[in-house]
Amino acid sequence: MGWTGKILRINLTNRTVKSEPTNKDWALKYLGQRGLATKYLVEEVDAKVDPLGPDNKLIMATGPLTGTAASTGGRYSVITKGPLTNAIACSNSGGYFGAEMKFAGWDMVIMEGKASSPVYVTIFDDKAEIHDAKDIWGTSIWHADEWIKKRHQDPMIHVAGIGIAGEKLVLYSAVVNDLHRAAGRSGVGAVMGSKNLKAVAVRGTGGVKVRDGKAFLAATAAGKKVLQGNGVTGAGLPTYGTQVLMNVINEAGAMPTRNSRDVQFEGAHDISAEAMATPRKTDGKPNLLTNQACFGCTIACGRISKIDETHFTIKNKPEYWKASGGLEYEAAWALGSNTGVKDLDALTYVNFICNEQALDPISFGATVSAAMELYEIGVLTKEMTGGIELKFGSAEALVKCVELTGKGEGFGKELGLGSARLTAKYGHPELSMASKGQEFPAYDGRGIQGIGLAYATSNRGGCHLRGYTISSEIFGIPEKTDPLTTVGKPALVKAFQDATAAVDSSGVCVFTTFAWTLNDIAPQLDAAIEGGWTADKLVELGERIWNMERQFNNRAGFTAKDDSLPPRFLKEAAKTGPATGKVSGLETMLPEYYALRGWTKDGVPTNETVSRLGL
Amino acid sequence: MLKALVIDPGKCTGCKQCEMACSYENELEFNVSKSRIRVFDFHEQGKMVPYTCTQCAEAWCQQACPVNAITTDAASGVKIVHENLCVGCKVCTIACPFGTINYNASTGKVIKCDLCQGSPACAEACPTAAITYQDVEQAGFDKMKMWAAKSGAASESHGANAPVAKH
Repeated sequence: MGWTGKILRINLTNRTVKSEPTNKDWALKYLGQRGLATKYLVEEVDAKVDPLGPDNKLIMATGPLTGTAASTGGRYSVITKGPLTNAIACSNSGGYFGAEMKFAGWDMVIMEGKASSPVYVTIFDDKAEIHDAKDIWGTSIWHADEWIKKRHQDPMIHVAGIGIAGEKLVLYSAVVNDLHRAAGRSGVGAVMGSKNLKAVAVRGTGGVKVRDGKAFLAATAAGKKVLQGNGVTGAGLPTYGTQVLMNVINEAGAMPTRNSRDVQFEGAHDISAEAMATPRKTDGKPNLLTNQACFGCTIACGRISKIDETHFTIKNKPEYWKASGGLEYEAAWALGSNTGVKDLDALTYVNFICNEQALDPISFGATVSAAMELYEIGVLTKEMTGGIELKFGSAEALVKCVELTGKGEGFGKELGLGSARLTAKYGHPELSMASKGQEFPAYDGRGIQGIGLAYATSNRGGCHLRGYTISSEIFGIPEKTDPLTTVGKPALVKAFQDATAAVDSSGVCVFTTFAWTLNDIAPQLDAAIEGGWTADKLVELGERIWNMERQFNNRAGFTAKDDSLPPRFLKEAAKTGPATGKVSGLETMLPEYYALRGWTKDGVPTNETVSRLGL
Repeated sequence: MLKALVIDPGKCTGCKQCEMACSYENELEFNVSKSRIRVFDFHEQGKMVPYTCTQCAEAWCQQACPVNAITTDAASGVKIVHENLCVGCKVCTIACPFGTINYNASTGKVIKCDLCQGSPACAEACPTAAITYQDVEQAGFDKMKMWAAKSGAASESHGANAPVAKH
């Protein structure tokens, strides 16, 4: 009920597949997806493991609501130790893959070991097989996806896998499913590549049952009604996608620009949602074709875009004349304002390649922007970039960079290291806009103080999706807080982090929380599974998961010193906009955050906290 | 009044709530592979299209069935498969020109849309009104109205009856 009760364990070294029952006690304590898979990981994998070694494991995990009629109930996560960060990694994705995995009968798939040669895995209901991948190794995930469906004569198969970037161990390569949905962050794709695993293909013909059908239909219908009636989830996101944020964040003076030297981008309007919907001068057609939903989602924020066929990026490449996944806000920012590029179709093309070769566009864009700054100060030269004039604002340079990084070739090998390693290699670690080695997304911690603390304390490295305080600080959800103050932010960050960990363990999308609170999610979960789920219980669950992740990171060698922001955020004040003159108040917020968490001043959960949470 | 499912692919987001509602109604579980309505994703064109049985007046499936397991409900016009009579020969799946009647391997019978006895769960579940349940004789009216509006706008600017500009 809700859970399938089965886990598939695939050992790639021995080429064995095994079904085992889901640990029921753990499911009741850690729910599913992020929580449950992390529990398995921390129990089975040494925190000091080499992320790209055979002893690391890669878990694909669904939640109890995955594959049900709960709105957005199609999520799955990839959990492993991340090579970009050396910390816990948990990347969440939509599309249709997660639900299909559930229909095939599996709560989770655990990948162990390393295949001696490239393989892909098929999971057709209860039958799992390991196949030779020599025909698709060295090709993009778009090609591999099509090839697998043809090879197995079933267009209803859903595929999640890596592009060439993951094979070449680009440290921020992603696992992409359904062509343009991604478990994007922390380099989970490189872990897949390190195991010589190209892709996982699933097809399920079974169903998902729930504990109390009548209550479930009522609770999910009520949830959908809330989403539909909310301005963000009912109108803003379906119409504009996450790009609804572009102009708003720019006006708030919190849009990291040119490697975070600036906090506002003069080209923001050119790469905004409004620009995507406006007919182009060149061919009279808009960039945006339509919105698309992931499985079960009644919001439908996904963008489907088409590039002008005469645009310089694709004019001789008809294979890119078709529609595909368009720009989300984070990608538009990372590829656009952060590199100073305001050519919308060029950004769309770069986004296509990030999907095709399975790269995280946030870390890719932020690494390019760090490299652009190194180029500007003369540390990188044209000889070192293989002839690329790596200037801020150059769409041509950006395009060349993605083509090389996607294939792990030439200067792309350097970019594939990520900004922390790249800038350290050239003696300027301060130019990496990252925390725990992972690049920040599209909100500046000077103009929005809470998100700075969220970045510094995120268990998977710099990230907005571990605690999206933007909801409160910009949108006033659930209540408005002043983005420019540090007061009250430690409690806000903790509350968002704990709630998000619960949402990420349930099978629904975190975007629902623009409208839903845990009070909306708890009845849906409770009707689906046993365990007596309430909002309070979910908060406690979230806190338990957060501390479990923290303990893993501490064992991996992270200390309070790593809860940091780059010097630029702490010393260089914002130059324009509402945050002019501000730096991040991280040092004020951090001690209060530790105290609220029940951690020592060194950032270690106290014995009391550990026992209170039953860890 | 005869009612039918009216599908507007332009409104479909591909969320598959219709497939889940259909499978829950018929199978008491969420199982899109057993849904009688299916959403097809024409990805390269950016189009999602739901498709299901249109309840033909003279149904080929019904005419092909050798054991008369498919009957017409007089009031609603729905073609109903009687599971107790169906022998799973699949001839109806060959006869149907639209592919909307299909074999269910777990029961050994065929399944098709029966409009949920007059309140289709898919239309109820669709969040964007891409699937609606309407009077079959008026199913085209929305489209007619849209084209009428365009035609009206054209005649206003170019037609013989265009108002004379006043100064």
